[in-house]
Amino acid sequence: MKGLGPLSRAMLLGFLRDRVTLFFTIVFPLMFLVLFGGLFKDAGVSQTEILQIGNVPVIDQMPADARTELDKVLKVERRDDRQAALQAVRDGDYAAAVEQDGGRVIVHYSAADQVRSGTVRSILNLLVQDANQAASGVPPRFNLELSQVEDESLEAIQFVTPGLLGWAIATGATFGASLTLVSWRRKRILRRLRLSPARVPAIVLARVLVSVLIALGQTAIFLGVASLPYFGLRLSGYWWMAVPLVVCATLAFMSIGLLAGAWAKTEESASAIVNLIVLPMAFLSGSFIPADNLPGWIRTVSNVFPLKHLNDAMLDVMVRGQPPTAVLPQVGILIGFAVVVAALAMWLFRWDDV
Amino acid sequence: MVETIQVDDVRKRYGDVAAVDGVSFAVREGEFFGILGPNGAGKTTTLEIIEGLRKADSGSVRVFGESPWPRNPALLPRIGVQLQASSFFERLTAREQIRTFAALYGVGPARADEMLEEVGLTEKANTRSEKLSGGQMQRLSIALALVHDPELVFLDEPTAALDPQARRNLWDLLRRINSTGRTVVLSTHYLDEAEALCDRVAIMDHGRVLELGAPAALVRGLAAPTRVSVVSGALPVEEARTIQSGAAVDDDGVSLTIATTEPGPVLAALAERDALHGLSVRGATLEDVFLHLTGREYRA
Repeated sequence: MKGLGPLSRAMLLGFLRDRVTLFFTIVFPLMFLVLFGGLFKDAGVSQTEILQIGNVPVIDQMPADARTELDKVLKVERRDDRQAALQAVRDGDYAAAVEQDGGRVIVHYSAADQVRSGTVRSILNLLVQDANQAASGVPPRFNLELSQVEDESLEAIQFVTPGLLGWAIATGATFGASLTLVSWRRKRILRRLRLSPARVPAIVLARVLVSVLIALGQTAIFLGVASLPYFGLRLSGYWWMAVPLVVCATLAFMSIGLLAGAWAKTEESASAIVNLIVLPMAFLSGSFIPADNLPGWIRTVSNVFPLKHLNDAMLDVMVRGQPPTAVLPQVGILIGFAVVVAALAMWLFRWDDV
Repeated sequence: MVETIQVDDVRKRYGDVAAVDGVSFAVREGEFFGILGPNGAGKTTTLEIIEGLRKADSGSVRVFGESPWPRNPALLPRIGVQLQASSFFERLTAREQIRTFAALYGVGPARADEMLEEVGLTEKANTRSEKLSGGQMQRLSIALALVHDPELVFLDEPTAALDPQARRNLWDLLRRINSTGRTVVLSTHYLDEAEALCDRVAIMDHGRVLELGAPAALVRGLAAPTRVSVVSGALPVEEARTIQSGAAVDDDGVSLTIATTEPGPVLAALAERDALHGLSVRGATLEDVFLHLTGREYRA
């Protein structure tokens, strides 16, 4: 197809040399990944700190494996000065102070933070019961076994990566399509191309090619960074299904950009329109915060956004280990969205300002 | 023989405004044809209709005997269109710009570089287009229009916003384009440019062609007086009035000007009186033609 090669090349060079766009499509989303990935690294409530006053045999003589479990929730520090320890609890520096006097285990707690002190009380209660049980010499009759529903590797980064990647791709594709269209129209490049033998499909296809390349580049960089040992992303076996998903989603996002670009007259108004669509879309589609926490009606509304379906599908194949066939509905929705919105954009399309 | 361009009674309205109001003319092969007129005269719209960018409301346009509308792929490789200076891809160098356009027409990079040389931009080949000066941008955009070696070239106000030196340089380039046998259609609002470059000129105003012909013929047809000026005070105004009856004499404190239809005897008389200091002789220009046609001063 005449023109496809040179036009794609021209667009790609223009993109790679534009530092601002490069920043907003690659570096900016990565900053969020670093931020969220680091922030939620030790997800959940941090350890509760308590003091032990002198020797406390129920803690000191715990079996090693039980002690490891305890250390996950409680950080125990030894203080031999009783008065100082109690003052520290009063000041709120520690959740509680424990002392043992023969068979009596005394917990000094502050009622200022009820949740924490409650946690400490019940944990220490359990310790005492365990010690009693062990002292009786009778093997326990009931045992509690815990099992996490998700894979062991299910940490925050697993959820954060697909969502932020989806947002990055949405930003790149919508801005790329709308700004190319508006600036080429304003700079009369469209008009010049119309006077050359290059056909319209070649022009459109060149932009699609470049946008898909950029989106795949974003995907590679994102997965590469998230897989670094520090973040520890672990991909499921079907992660490669992310490639066709990214391609289909790029088409859908580009159609939004084309619509904005067909309607807008200036670059400024085009980027305002695109921002107005992409930011709410990213929030409601669960790119920044899990969509499950949103009210039901908002979740229903968010189904109109292609990003929502991309995020769902990416989580399925990249993290949840779902087979590729499970995301076929999302693929269909993304392509359908692209076709409908692109048709609308085509209808609004103008070669010229006047 | 088929004319290169044949325009017959073309009309185009935008709302209430008749941008082009019954324009007819023909451009012959190898001709340097100018469309001259102030801003808003309808020059650009006329060009756009001929190039096939717009559809005329009525009338007929033939380029190489074919209709340019709707987009006629057979015509596109035969015509070259220079648009305003900013019609470049973003952040590409001059060489990348011209190679991209060359490739659109199936022209190789070697020819593209040659074209860059031809417009004198080889040294700027690796400079990004937005960093070029105004004159360099214009030369690049002309190179882009010529890279596929078209038979017919349209230039839309190529010297607008250039300094006088850059304009003169560009004129040389435009003459070269035409001297190789190409047909050139130039729109301009500079009268001196049309006079210096064009074989024939169509003077447009308010969407109509007021006059059409060779610039010299238009000026001569006017029978306007020649203005002979010498430095003010070279001779008294009273004495100047006696040189030729019927000649208008005016001294504005800078120059003493005698407007005459027979400049020969006036010059002889001035020489006799040794009053040729600061002499300038100015014939009528297209400006006078425009003034005569519209009854108002020419303002670009």
